[in-house]
Amino acid sequence: MAFSIYDFTSFTQSVDKALYSSLPPFWALIIEMTIIGLAFLLFYALVGLILVYAERKVCAFMQNRLGPNRVGPYGIFQTIADFIKLLMKELIYIKNADKFLFNLAPFIVIIASFMAIAAIPFAKGLHAIDFNIGIFYVIAVSSLGVVGVLLAGWSSNNKYSLIGAMRSGAQIVSYELSVGLSLLTIIVLAGSMQLSVIVEAQRYGWFIFTGHIPAIIAFIIYMIAATAETNRGPFDLAEAESELTAGFHTEYSGIKFAFFFLAEYMNMFIVASIAATVFLGGWMPLHLGPLFGSMGAHFNNVMDYIPPFVWYIGKTAFLIFVMMWFKWTFPRLRIDQLLTLEWKYLLPINLVNILIMAFIVLMGWHF
Amino acid sequence: MADYTNVLEHDRLKEKLEEQEYIINMGPQHPSTHGVLRLVLSLKGEIVKSIQPHCGYIHRGIEKMCEKLTYQQIIHLTDRLDYLSAHMNNEAVCLCVEKALDVEVPERVKYIRTILDELNRLASHELWWCSFGMDLGALTVFFYGLRDREKILDIFEESTGGRLLQSYNCPGGLMNDVHPDFQKKVKEFISYFRKKLPEYDELLSGNVILMERTKGIGLLSLEDAISFGVTGPSGRASGFACDVRKHYPYSAYNKVDFREVIYTEGDTFHRYKARIDEMWESMKIIEQLIDNIPDGDYSAKMKPVIRLPEGEYYQRVESSRGEFGVYIISDGNKTPYRIKFRSPNFSNLSALNIIAKDFKIADLIAIGGSLDLVIPDIDR
Amino acid sequence: MTNEQLKEKILTIEPSVVITENKQVLYVNIAKEKLFFLAKKLKETEELFFDYLVNITGVDRQKSMEVVYHLDSSKYRHLIVLKTDTADRENPAIDSVCSIWRTAEFHEREVFDFFGIRFNNHPDMRRLFLDDDWQGYPLRKDYVDDKIVQR
Repeated sequence: MAFSIYDFTSFTQSVDKALYSSLPPFWALIIEMTIIGLAFLLFYALVGLILVYAERKVCAFMQNRLGPNRVGPYGIFQTIADFIKLLMKELIYIKNADKFLFNLAPFIVIIASFMAIAAIPFAKGLHAIDFNIGIFYVIAVSSLGVVGVLLAGWSSNNKYSLIGAMRSGAQIVSYELSVGLSLLTIIVLAGSMQLSVIVEAQRYGWFIFTGHIPAIIAFIIYMIAATAETNRGPFDLAEAESELTAGFHTEYSGIKFAFFFLAEYMNMFIVASIAATVFLGGWMPLHLGPLFGSMGAHFNNVMDYIPPFVWYIGKTAFLIFVMMWFKWTFPRLRIDQLLTLEWKYLLPINLVNILIMAFIVLMGWHF
Repeated sequence: MADYTNVLEHDRLKEKLEEQEYIINMGPQHPSTHGVLRLVLSLKGEIVKSIQPHCGYIHRGIEKMCEKLTYQQIIHLTDRLDYLSAHMNNEAVCLCVEKALDVEVPERVKYIRTILDELNRLASHELWWCSFGMDLGALTVFFYGLRDREKILDIFEESTGGRLLQSYNCPGGLMNDVHPDFQKKVKEFISYFRKKLPEYDELLSGNVILMERTKGIGLLSLEDAISFGVTGPSGRASGFACDVRKHYPYSAYNKVDFREVIYTEGDTFHRYKARIDEMWESMKIIEQLIDNIPDGDYSAKMKPVIRLPEGEYYQRVESSRGEFGVYIISDGNKTPYRIKFRSPNFSNLSALNIIAKDFKIADLIAIGGSLDLVIPDIDR
Repeated sequence: MTNEQLKEKILTIEPSVVITENKQVLYVNIAKEKLFFLAKKLKETEELFFDYLVNITGVDRQKSMEVVYHLDSSKYRHLIVLKTDTADRENPAIDSVCSIWRTAEFHEREVFDFFGIRFNNHPDMRRLFLDDDWQGYPLRKDYVDDKIVQR
């Protein structure tokens, strides 16, 4: 099997051929789906572990202290210890809660984030599905998460949870608009919704550079809206500890709480990776455009040495760091200020931005 | 014991609950009330319609206990009232006893008491600042504030033996002289802190989100401030010029030059600013005194058993939260007949209902933080 | 205003008061029926302007129950002490000054809680610190409780 770190299509195709040639097509399909499912589950769990540890360390260094440093060298096994603890905790059953919905809610949140990961390209040829409506699918599926949040708040039979869930629901639904519109701006530039085409189109420079002004505005709006989407950073009123206990997941304990917790970090990963794919080129290394001539071509060759997978992880990690930076620096916004920001400021700016981008594409004034 | 179903009757919400009004309990255990205070809120959607505070969760009967203790022993209990201004509470009782006995304390004692007062005020405002940031969601400022406060607590520990609760004053002067390094350490700290405070101003005070969350929130007019007896930085932010250090000076305050920080807007942001400005003024006071501490005794000669002459005596000092008063009624014995502590937080809390009415729950957190309540002072 | 001037002014308002002085502070004793009238006058008279009620204290004087008000003026910075008492120890009742100074709402509840002195016309007369079903008034000198450790 040809395995190239720079191009996974040959690898996936050879595995595919091997399976289909040795098994009846139905079973080959099932086996393939199982392998992909397991790989993603593993990836999901691993990324969750790493992100929780990263958050604690980043937060600690910003606060002038060390963070976890006892469990394992530099505390790297801390998250595993935490999850074992969460697994062993007693699952508290609420008396008058709606049992079915109460148990269903964390799963909906996890499933929504899981489905969204499937469409994102990690490296050339390494993604589960390659729709021609890629971005549309990702946005649609990640909005399913709000259903889980509302169910959690409602079924807990607790005023605090209900208030937290309502706030959270209003927030997520509002910021969906900004997320969608800012991604739309880039789709206008790229000309396609298929994620692999978008990444390929950034061969001569990332969209944030080639699309100059409207792309930068769209990027800033996207980062703000995405932070609000995931209930993080200055927009985490719904789960603010100092306000109404823990918001919609107050009544959850043990493994169910772990699901919400994990889903929050995975959502952060997903929005960061969408931003990295759409604005910063995904797995495409930093290339200089034809403007730079032969010096540009040499530069591109050097950049190509670094495997695309590393580029992708690097960009996503940088954006995740920025999101963590936001959270630990700014105070929280109040719910009405949050919604005012979206409806009165971000939305009009976004709409005007799309027009500008469309005009620029029509006139050919991009790089 | 009252149970939740009787809440309506207990709190006698005068107006019948309107449509869509519901009651929420911000229990004795809550990360933001900064102490064991139970607030029963009646909300309409997100708007707070009325607040009923339930105090008494940390009532220890200090006033009754003091009726059986001598005056030197009472000092140790006053520490535990408003524990963040422990030194000022001690000083109030000592000054009251000294006034009753007509004892003149040495100059050195006055200077040191004032310097320790102001250091205590700095430490208290620093802790207030970091917990205010934490309540509003800026979690990092909590650690920055505590880091600097540690330096002040180290100075206290060296001289007095206690970080938070010092019990250093005693009637007639101080229990012991200050550590020889005291002057040097205080000067080092002031020069360090002068650089840090502008950093904090930039980080939190200039932040747009903070200004949006505190400007125009929680208004207290001047008449209400005087009527409710809201003193301290909370009252001064509404225009009530009530600084005891300026108007009824004690210890070495008549020898220093500082500005009384008064704003007239009366909202949360100006209560915040009043405290930050007070920190600058405190540093100014310390700088004026630290180089000129006169030599002398650290205590006047006092009899071992203190009996106050029959009569009534009232002494007021400016603690970090307002006017702290001690009212002693003596019948000639070595224990007081009745001692009453006028606690600043008690009066500040009584105004909470008016300040927070018709604002949102999230604002209530900001307002409670800006009033800077310490619950053991309320409950005594 | 100096203590002399204050004394004169208060005597003109209400001649039945008894004024003493100790350590430069005036103590004004008034009967409880005239308390509300005098308190209102103290706040509203221009030259006196006692608009800041500092403290309300209850005292158990064994033969009577006394309530002490410390009054200050934010304009003139003079402090006086207003005292009133009632000989009735079974059901002591005094007029409330809540309508004059709103800080009295909490202070009077505290005095009721510890001494049992009821305040007429108080908007919310119930205990503040202790449980609602607590028997007795702890700060009275004749309060007996088997849980108290005697020194």
